[in-house]
Amino acid sequence: MKRAGFANPWLPVLLLLPQLTIICLFFYWPAWQAVRSSFFLEDPFGFGETFVGLQNYTRLLDSTQYMKNAWFTLWFSAVVTALSLGIALLLAVKADSVLRGARTYRTLLMWVYAVAPPVAGFIALIVFNQRWGPLTEFFAQFGWEIRIRLEYFDTAFAMIVASVWKQVPVNFIFFLSGLQSIPPAVREAAMIDNRSAVSRFWTVTFPLLAPTGFFLLIINITYSLFDTFGMIDTILRNNPGDQPVTLVYQVYLDGFRGQDIGGSSAQSVVLMVLVLALTVFQFRLVERRIHYT
Amino acid sequence: MAHIPTTSDRAPAPARLLAAGRRRAPRIRWGGLVDHLVLIAGALFMLAPSLMLLQMSTIPDEQIMRTGPSFQIGDRFLPNLDKALNESMSFSGETTGRNMFRNSMILGFGFAIGKIVIAMMAAYAIVYFRLRFAMLAFWLIFTTLLLPLEVRIVPSYEITQQLGLLNTWTGLIVPLIASATATFFFRQYFLSVPEELVEAARIDGAGPIRFFLDILVPLSRTMVAAMFIIMFVYGWNQYLWPTMISTEEGRFTLVQGIKQITQGLEGGHIPEFGRSNILAILAVLPPVLVVVFFQRWFVKGLTDTDK
Repeated sequence: MKRAGFANPWLPVLLLLPQLTIICLFFYWPAWQAVRSSFFLEDPFGFGETFVGLQNYTRLLDSTQYMKNAWFTLWFSAVVTALSLGIALLLAVKADSVLRGARTYRTLLMWVYAVAPPVAGFIALIVFNQRWGPLTEFFAQFGWEIRIRLEYFDTAFAMIVASVWKQVPVNFIFFLSGLQSIPPAVREAAMIDNRSAVSRFWTVTFPLLAPTGFFLLIINITYSLFDTFGMIDTILRNNPGDQPVTLVYQVYLDGFRGQDIGGSSAQSVVLMVLVLALTVFQFRLVERRIHYT
Repeated sequence: MAHIPTTSDRAPAPARLLAAGRRRAPRIRWGGLVDHLVLIAGALFMLAPSLMLLQMSTIPDEQIMRTGPSFQIGDRFLPNLDKALNESMSFSGETTGRNMFRNSMILGFGFAIGKIVIAMMAAYAIVYFRLRFAMLAFWLIFTTLLLPLEVRIVPSYEITQQLGLLNTWTGLIVPLIASATATFFFRQYFLSVPEELVEAARIDGAGPIRFFLDILVPLSRTMVAAMFIIMFVYGWNQYLWPTMISTEEGRFTLVQGIKQITQGLEGGHIPEFGRSNILAILAVLPPVLVVVFFQRWFVKGLTDTDK
């Protein structure tokens, strides 16, 4: 707050009103509803509900489908995060070191940021088309016949490729801006001390980029959890069958298709706890970040 | 004296440097070449899918059905473009590319403007007023970061339904425009604005509304531009909420329509890849152009908000 703040009593309330109204109506109230209905079993025809305690949660733990999707979500996020961070870091380091065409490369490598996730799914369906998809043909040469939407692993593979394609640009932008904020004096000192570019990267650049990396780690996990929804929905087209889906997608499936409000709410609460954990983790990292720089 | 270096000690040094320079010169060039190759591979990885979509929209659908994408450029682009823009995907006649493009624009602009306006108002209230519950308000707004739409989608839908806002622009846009990141972003910026400014304004007799509209808002131009670019892209690309709220085909956005487009490719007749691909390109073109042309602001906005 500014020292010389205005003392008007009603104006700030009025200014805050739109934001707070929307937040209460569309954030806190629904979140509370989710927590509440996770302890109830709702009649499928809308006639009342019964309190069932933690039954909705234990049902989740007992459900092989849910555990399978939880497991998928875990390794899907891990693979997407690792690949997109790795590729983006490599590209950012190279884009930072070239003198000629740096701007062009930057543009060419970041524009995919603006592509909507469902379009990434649409592209995945084409490049993995069973009959003539370019990537299907490519992998067929190695004896791997890809059949997405039929084979569990193949579908997961297509989802990973699409997600990495979509996520590399964000990481690239952050890594590049991180690299460019390394003071020239530090670079020059490193140049003098260490002739090998590879060893310079691991001993000087990489530790300096670590805070950006930690921060991106959280961003990427959140991305793989939530922002892949549209991509998955486009690939599976409402018809998941026994194909891989993330936990977020399952909330939607159970809540809207299955009409299992209690179960879907319990899943929402699980995800809220997950986001809370990630956020707390991120804040602790941010605190440490200040020490670094 | 032993410590004075002799000429014989010193002599090899320049020679060594020279030799090293000679040896290293080609290696540096190779390294540079590798850098470029890596970057070109990366750029192709990003670009190839969209070039493929474009190529497919220039050849007849029958050919795609048989052989898929190729390197051949045909003459079907304009007829396909016309079909994508003017012909509806469904019986209602409302899901034309033109119509969906307009709806996407409404969503993109409504979302971005709405977010910026209410975030600036909230940040102004928190920073510039002696307000007892300022901290509480700030935390209430900030904690919404913990509640992404996906985890509260079912009850949010129910509330919107109870308010009678399904299939309205209000129902589509308003629930989305609360924004912790934008509020935080403007709060940080307002805090960095010199204190003297508000003092001077007060001495000159400007009230809070006058100060906000005539001084603070014009001062925040760059911030607003950066935020607008990010939020326009974000709003244009919304998928889940429009899918839930806008079920009337007249309100479909392009991004939302992608699923219908994909489903259309599954029919028994010849899948219309030419038209679908153009619709997909149309769905990414405006946000991509915004990001490319306003790159500097965009990068600034992105790296400033998320940090």
